[in-house]
Amino acid sequence: MTTADPTNDTNPGTGAGAAWRAVGADGRRARTRRGLVPLVLVAATVLAVLVVPPLFPLDQQAVDLAAKLRPPSPEHPFGTDEMGRDLLLRSVYGLRVSLLVGVVAALVATVVGIAVGAAAGALGGTVDRLVMRAVDVFASVPHLLMGIFIVAMFRPGVWPVVASVGLTHWVSTARIVRAEVHSLRGRPYLDAAISGGASRWRVTVRHLLPGVLPQAGLAAVLMVPHAIWHESALSFLGLGIPAHQASLGTMVEAARGTLLAGAWWTTLWPGLFIVVPTLAIAGLAGAWRERINPRRRSELML
Amino acid sequence: MTSPTTTEPAPGAEAGTEKAPPRPVSVRGRGLPWAAMARLAARRALAAVPVLVAVTLGAFALAAASPFDPVRQYAGSAGLRASQDTLDQLRENLALDGPFTEQWWRWLTSALGGDLGWSVSLRQPVAQVIGERMGWSVLLCAIAFVLAVVLGTLLGVVAARRQGGWLDRCVTGAAYVLQAAPPFWLGLLAVWFFALHLGVLPAGGLTEFGEETVTAGSLARHLALPVGVLAVSQLPWFALYTRQGVADALREDPVRGARARGLRERTVLFGHALRSGLLPVLTLVGTRVPELITGALLVETVFSWPGIASATVRAATDSDFPLLAAVTVLATLAVLVGNLLADLLYVLADPRVDPEEM
Repeated sequence: MTTADPTNDTNPGTGAGAAWRAVGADGRRARTRRGLVPLVLVAATVLAVLVVPPLFPLDQQAVDLAAKLRPPSPEHPFGTDEMGRDLLLRSVYGLRVSLLVGVVAALVATVVGIAVGAAAGALGGTVDRLVMRAVDVFASVPHLLMGIFIVAMFRPGVWPVVASVGLTHWVSTARIVRAEVHSLRGRPYLDAAISGGASRWRVTVRHLLPGVLPQAGLAAVLMVPHAIWHESALSFLGLGIPAHQASLGTMVEAARGTLLAGAWWTTLWPGLFIVVPTLAIAGLAGAWRERINPRRRSELML
Repeated sequence: MTSPTTTEPAPGAEAGTEKAPPRPVSVRGRGLPWAAMARLAARRALAAVPVLVAVTLGAFALAAASPFDPVRQYAGSAGLRASQDTLDQLRENLALDGPFTEQWWRWLTSALGGDLGWSVSLRQPVAQVIGERMGWSVLLCAIAFVLAVVLGTLLGVVAARRQGGWLDRCVTGAAYVLQAAPPFWLGLLAVWFFALHLGVLPAGGLTEFGEETVTAGSLARHLALPVGVLAVSQLPWFALYTRQGVADALREDPVRGARARGLRERTVLFGHALRSGLLPVLTLVGTRVPELITGALLVETVFSWPGIASATVRAATDSDFPLLAAVTVLATLAVLVGNLLADLLYVLADPRVDPEEM
């Protein structure tokens, strides 16, 4: 989200004299503004997911066949689906399920990733090599396929989906944490702690983990859209959330039939509910990354 | 993924994703290091063996922990009436007795002999299922991947040329949106727009209704939408990485030197900036293979493409272990080959990289 702005690339070695001034107050203002739009979007998403269900209770099974497949209108801003259910309300409910699954799965993946990465980085030696080989194995199976395998071997439902996302996505966090621990290992304050007699455990928990947390937190936030994506893909294949329950993936899946009858709105809105929060979180993470390390050029990563 | 602190280079790209300082190049002639590349490939092939062993063993361990009983799956509704003796007999015939390590060893030895087992969901030998469908999947993936790499690189160069310009903003914005959009959603919207709204392309399948044989013309028409959607869903990464690489390269001395010599803009852009800016993209070619397979799974499902994906989904809904295991191994192999390919391309493109050290 941030790379379109040339003031971003604050590399002092290459800029002409004028570039020095351009990075000053204007650049900072631009940075805050860039973080603002995604922040508002994420806040709106979370708020909608938390506030709408208590205010507008929805019977998931209720159908109104008289009002089926209405195009978007003032009464139903997003139109209605093949059962006559309001798509706006259902999309918010679907986003709620998807977001919940995404957040829980991202948490699982992050905790596993931090534990494994920190253990590999702090213990080093044989443990480190073994862990990295395991990471290679996990990275060489396509994630969705591994998810399909896990869900197929157990019953489709919320928990296998969470487990499959958690089991496949810890790899990147573990890599990041391990690299970060390795870069911290040479610092003088660690030598001071070790010569002060701190145990390996204490060094890891008190001195290494706090230094790693900002990066790991960033990875966790970026994991949420990944997890939502993964959940909706599994649900779309009919292997995730049960079909009667609204999730963004099951809604797109259910819309396949009506799409061929020309009802584009049943497909469009649930997908947009995946795209917009993903972009917002990516933008927010970009602003966060610049805050952690303003010197570094922002990267292309999602 | 340009910084060493946040992200590590993907597997198989240990050397050279960062801009390495010029290392003393081992003395060799001007020719390409074919022997060293062959040794690299052989080393990777050896390293792939433990990975494949671990993946298959993991699959069997998961299957052993599964609550589904493959014998009852095989017997279907008849299994409900069958006596315990019959079921035990069946279990023995299907070689499903013993601990999972023993089953795994039996599967491995027969798989090396070419027998991958029997697919319960499709009532065919697994090897036949894969053989029949593999070609269609490879065709789809190959065309889409080439298209994504070429178009993505071109768009990236165009965007990097005037950073912050309107074209750059359009390309970057579109790339981020496409990156966030699930391929199945893009596919469905494409079906609606091209097949229903405009009515120019078929919505899915391989042949027209009622046709039996596949002709080149109808194949091209049926390929257009799936290939387009898969390529578009893979393209953003290439566009963004190329843009970043070329933009970095444009600020470096060789480009300034080329400009100072008065070379044409096109020569500077494609001959100098793109050449050094393309290095991170080469790594990406290898690391995108898993995402390509993921995307192909979803796109094939949307367009009812007769490839491996539809068989995989079918197998998953029926908990058809032999087929799923074979598909998983196949995908893992594809990923490992992709990584090797990326490294080989890197050796070819960057003379500073020593293949012996990869």
